[in-house]
Amino acid sequence: MLKRLVKWARVKSPWILHFNSGACNACDIEILAALMPHYDLERFGILLKASPRHADVLICSGPVTKQVAKRLKRIYDQMPEPKFVVAVGACACSGGAFRGCYNVMEGVDQVIPVSAYVPGCPVKPEAIIDGVAKLLGKLQQSAA
Amino acid sequence: MGEKTIRIPIGPQHPFLKEPAKFDFDISGEEIIGARMRIGYNHRGMEKACEERNYYQCLYLLERICGICSHSHTTCYVQAVEDILKLEVPKRGLYLRTLVCELERLHSHFLWLGVAAHEVGFDTLFMYVWRDREVVMEILEEISGNRVNYAINTIGGVRRDLTEEQRKKILGSLDLLKKRLDYYTHIGTHEPSFLARIQGVGKMSKERAIQMCAVGPFARASGLDVDVRRDDQYAAYGDLDFKVITSDQCDVLGRVIVRVLEIAESLKMIQQLLTKLPEGDIAVKKVPRRVPAGFSISRYEAPRGEDVHYVRSNGTEKPERVKVRAPTMANLEAATESIVGSFIADIPIAIASIDPCFSCTDRTAVVLNDKKKGMRITTWEELRRYGVDWYRKNKGIHF
Repeated sequence: MLKRLVKWARVKSPWILHFNSGACNACDIEILAALMPHYDLERFGILLKASPRHADVLICSGPVTKQVAKRLKRIYDQMPEPKFVVAVGACACSGGAFRGCYNVMEGVDQVIPVSAYVPGCPVKPEAIIDGVAKLLGKLQQSAA
Repeated sequence: MGEKTIRIPIGPQHPFLKEPAKFDFDISGEEIIGARMRIGYNHRGMEKACEERNYYQCLYLLERICGICSHSHTTCYVQAVEDILKLEVPKRGLYLRTLVCELERLHSHFLWLGVAAHEVGFDTLFMYVWRDREVVMEILEEISGNRVNYAINTIGGVRRDLTEEQRKKILGSLDLLKKRLDYYTHIGTHEPSFLARIQGVGKMSKERAIQMCAVGPFARASGLDVDVRRDDQYAAYGDLDFKVITSDQCDVLGRVIVRVLEIAESLKMIQQLLTKLPEGDIAVKKVPRRVPAGFSISRYEAPRGEDVHYVRSNGTEKPERVKVRAPTMANLEAATESIVGSFIADIPIAIASIDPCFSCTDRTAVVLNDKKKGMRITTWEELRRYGVDWYRKNKGIHF
């Protein structure tokens, strides 16, 4: 019973944390735009939180620079279980345009496990909504 | 307790920072008595990466320096390359380039106004502004096919033409934006609770702004009359009639006023561009892939201030050096200083008031001062004199 309640709450109201790990801002403003009235991601109960300790889903953009890799790991560790990571943007998925630059790690999955990849350079708000909705669908199916 | 000071670190991840950066504030009670910043979290090594790509691939990469002012960086870069190649860009190409420049300024200033409102806890305005910003984004998508990185510039012109239908459609959407802007101008300058949070915060005097080399709306809000669009005209700005907005407020309120009025000027410019749009080609037909040896400096008034690109070529397909000085770099020191004397609660809005963009700015520095290897340090005075001489000789501008 309690398990079902927790699962219901998790799927109906995931709280997200947005972290820029060296992105060019394009994906970041599109993530924000997805949360704004025009696209309104909040209708899924999604709320942007400021602290990693409140968040269920980490939305991470950027190719992860070497400077920020350790900090990203720390932020991920601070999030309570169970936690999910969505890599937003081509560079968060694989390094994208910055592949081969001397200061980048080529993707979020080099540092922390990733649950969903949303490619695009930059990602359109529609694609972000699609990615997040798919993640929520997965959560619903999984036996919590 | 008394005189004890406490150091508060903010960043790299913090709710008010949209990008990773770190600030240290020395606090005495509620008052900030010292501030330092540390950047470099966003450094990706793009200038080095440019050296391994050809001129067209660089265009793709440089567009991704910053997602908000992506067009600024590519325009600045192609201007430098066109200058080395001595290309004459067709008038229509220049007009379309300028059109995207101004639309970008529009979306960037709307974005900033929203973020500034959010930083002082005025979320209603934040939501309103971002909703209207979507109108601009749709125009940009209509013109270029992309919402954020437009990829419209190419060496020697632009890549997409504007149809008559699109032209009419854009002119139609401008009316809606104008109507909304009147409302924001009123809110931004009359709403008492908003004013109470921004008036007198982040003071930066005109003299200090000159000393700290402030640029863009930040400098103009301190009464400094600088604007590359007028001072060193590029693209189609020579044909346009516009005012440079300045304010003597010297605080965050001034920066709000400057930006809001600049939106109005941009709307005016877009209207002029669309009505005057000349016929003809949009780009130079044949552009050589190899660029002859030489160098060029290009200046551009990005939404955040003066953007400078330096490109050096060596006769091959790849540039030998591309150097970017983004506007935030020039303003960041000044902004950090302007916080001193304010309260803790004013930190977010004071930092946000320069519209910081760390992805443009970030760099690593290696300090070399090895006299044995013949390295020497250029002093500020020498550098300044060199710059003044260079502009007098090459561009005929007297400071």
